Amino acid sequence: MRPFIHLKTKPVPLKASKLREQLPALLAQTLVVGGILYVALQLFYNTQANLEARNIASGFGFLSVEGGLPINDTLLPYSPADSYGYAFLIGTLNTLFVSALSIVLATILGVLVGVSRVSRNWLVARLGAVYVEVLRNVPLLLTLFFCYSVLLAFLPSPRNSMVPFGDIFINNRGIFMPRPEFLGAMGWVGSALAAAALASFLLMRKSRRMRDVTGRGLPAGWLSLGLLVGLPLAAYYLAGRPMTFDTPELHGFNFTGGMVLRPEFSALLAGLVLYTAAFIGENVRSGIESVDKGQIDAAKALGLKPGLIMRKIILPQTLRVCIPATTNDYTSLVKNSSLAVAIGYPDMVSIGGTIIGQNDQAIEVIGMWMAVYLTINLVLSMGMNWFNAKVQVVER
Amino acid sequence: MKLVGKLLLSIMMVAVASVAMAGTLERVQQNNVLVLGVSEGVAGFSAPDSNGRWTGFDADMGRAVAAAVLKDPEAVKFVPLASKQKIVAVSSGQVDLSRGTTWTMKRDGKQGVDFTVVLFYDGQGLMVKKGLGVTKGTELDGASVAVVSGTTSELNVADYARANNIKLETVVFDSKKEAFNAYVAGRCDAFTTDVSQLASLRAGASNPGEHVILAETFSKEPLAPFVCHGDNQWKDLVTWVLYGLIEAEEKGITQANVLEMKEKSTDPVVRRMLGATGEVGSFINLDNDWLVRAIQAVGNYGEMYDRNFGPDTALNIPRGHNNLWTKGGLIYAMPIR
Repeated sequence: MRPFIHLKTKPVPLKASKLREQLPALLAQTLVVGGILYVALQLFYNTQANLEARNIASGFGFLSVEGGLPINDTLLPYSPADSYGYAFLIGTLNTLFVSALSIVLATILGVLVGVSRVSRNWLVARLGAVYVEVLRNVPLLLTLFFCYSVLLAFLPSPRNSMVPFGDIFINNRGIFMPRPEFLGAMGWVGSALAAAALASFLLMRKSRRMRDVTGRGLPAGWLSLGLLVGLPLAAYYLAGRPMTFDTPELHGFNFTGGMVLRPEFSALLAGLVLYTAAFIGENVRSGIESVDKGQIDAAKALGLKPGLIMRKIILPQTLRVCIPATTNDYTSLVKNSSLAVAIGYPDMVSIGGTIIGQNDQAIEVIGMWMAVYLTINLVLSMGMNWFNAKVQVVER
Repeated sequence: MKLVGKLLLSIMMVAVASVAMAGTLERVQQNNVLVLGVSEGVAGFSAPDSNGRWTGFDADMGRAVAAAVLKDPEAVKFVPLASKQKIVAVSSGQVDLSRGTTWTMKRDGKQGVDFTVVLFYDGQGLMVKKGLGVTKGTELDGASVAVVSGTTSELNVADYARANNIKLETVVFDSKKEAFNAYVAGRCDAFTTDVSQLASLRAGASNPGEHVILAETFSKEPLAPFVCHGDNQWKDLVTWVLYGLIEAEEKGITQANVLEMKEKSTDPVVRRMLGATGEVGSFINLDNDWLVRAIQAVGNYGEMYDRNFGPDTALNIPRGHNNLWTKGGLIYAMPIR
């Protein structure tokens, strides 16, 4: 195992003589910073003057004006009578939603791809390699166009919908599903779920302590699962099944009611997941290959089963290696979601583009885009860095 | 993607400090080239042909202006611009003149551009597949409509649905081609944009007969070439070159007979506008042969229209509103005197 060395240095107090030594350097740095600030300020004033000279309004006042733009795929209720600002928020939520879902799915697929790359099975390993090479080396935009075209070519018209089971309809307008509608008594089910979560947390802790002391824990995983499923289910039936379904129905051109996953969303999700999983797969492979063979041999010699070796020895060390690279892939994924505009998914960039088209306040909207992406990715990086610090080897 | 273009434009807004202020006419004459903003390829309006030469109604318009100003109809630099970019490109001075675009109060008053002459009265319409049996837009309740972003068409289609109390699922695409493809693939029941562009796209479809353009339009789209706001000298010049082309059609002056008309016509109006008498060219800072050169380059308004939209073209858009006022249309030139 590679040793992790932490160098800890105390700041040395600056003495008068030292200060004299460093004075030229300090002066130079101040000058450079001042110069940069000056140029930035000039740019700002020049822009303002140019905008005014061209009679282009500036400022964020337009955000409260009724936008009138249509958005088909929204997470919150929306109508064209809402303001530009709210429309932008709808787009931001769409960006967040598709990014979050893609990150989860890309991670799952990526781990599978990474594991398959190091598989001893020749076919599985080759399939993994082909997957990685194809997806990694084709521009994402083409992958998106491909996914979208394939979806549209493959899916039938609403009248000839595929019905896999129940009230689920699949056609080229989307996947239509019944939407659950919660009644008041659903609160009991929620409370039961919260209680189950608390109980399983306590159970896990108790099990860990018992294992530390006696070497044998409780089957906490299975018990927790039972609690998490059983309690809410029992509450649901005791409360008199407080849930109805709004089922989709075919009216004229299209289905109404229910929930819908539109092809634009599905294609974007598929494209982002397939593309990013190739990169994550490589991270996972490098992580697995970084684990010393000797450790696995030692584990085998101790009689550990392959599954346990993977879970307890390889995987924790894999995480350490692949998290930093995967953080990059996550942030890329968030940024790549802006390609949504090409295949008709109303993400933040698509809606912001329309707002620019109607107001020509490009600088403001571009600033908002940058601020949102920066915020999302900084939060994401912070979370990943925290996680990374947690899985590093703790030196005693 | 387009993001890069937008960023570049914004940077340009920052960087171009005084170029536009210098006066567009001087700039055009100094550089000896007219920078014309065109579409990214709309057959009939502006699109490169198989030899890479830009052709179409807007390209002709630009060549006429270049012929009048620079005495060379080919002294035009064509800059393809997305719908979203075209206004800022003009207001920032990146291009001297832009293709015809819907003249609206906001663009005119608030977005730093001035419009010249309406050369094409257009309107937003709907295209559906023949098999659907739809004849009116209001029959599309619940349907999916493919829309192109960055233009007024998103707003118009939403207004139309709200005004008629019908529900339309709009799927907004960044490019016209993707929107049209989604419609052809059956993702959307209808495709909406200006009728001229519907005709243009239909002409390029694999089976044009399969699509019908509904007679109803739900917006006024008067397409007028536009220039940077506040440069009256340049705006006047472009305006009167275009009026000259319209007046030429009314007076029967064509590409073929323009020189003959200049010499032999006895009509005082014709003699004035072609520079045989008077000095109308100086009113817009040009010499007296300004209009002769423009007509020699592209013909009169009617010839321009027929070359690009006439019955012999794939688009085949009837003149309708775009006929001369003397023939029941709206095309009318102010008096050249």
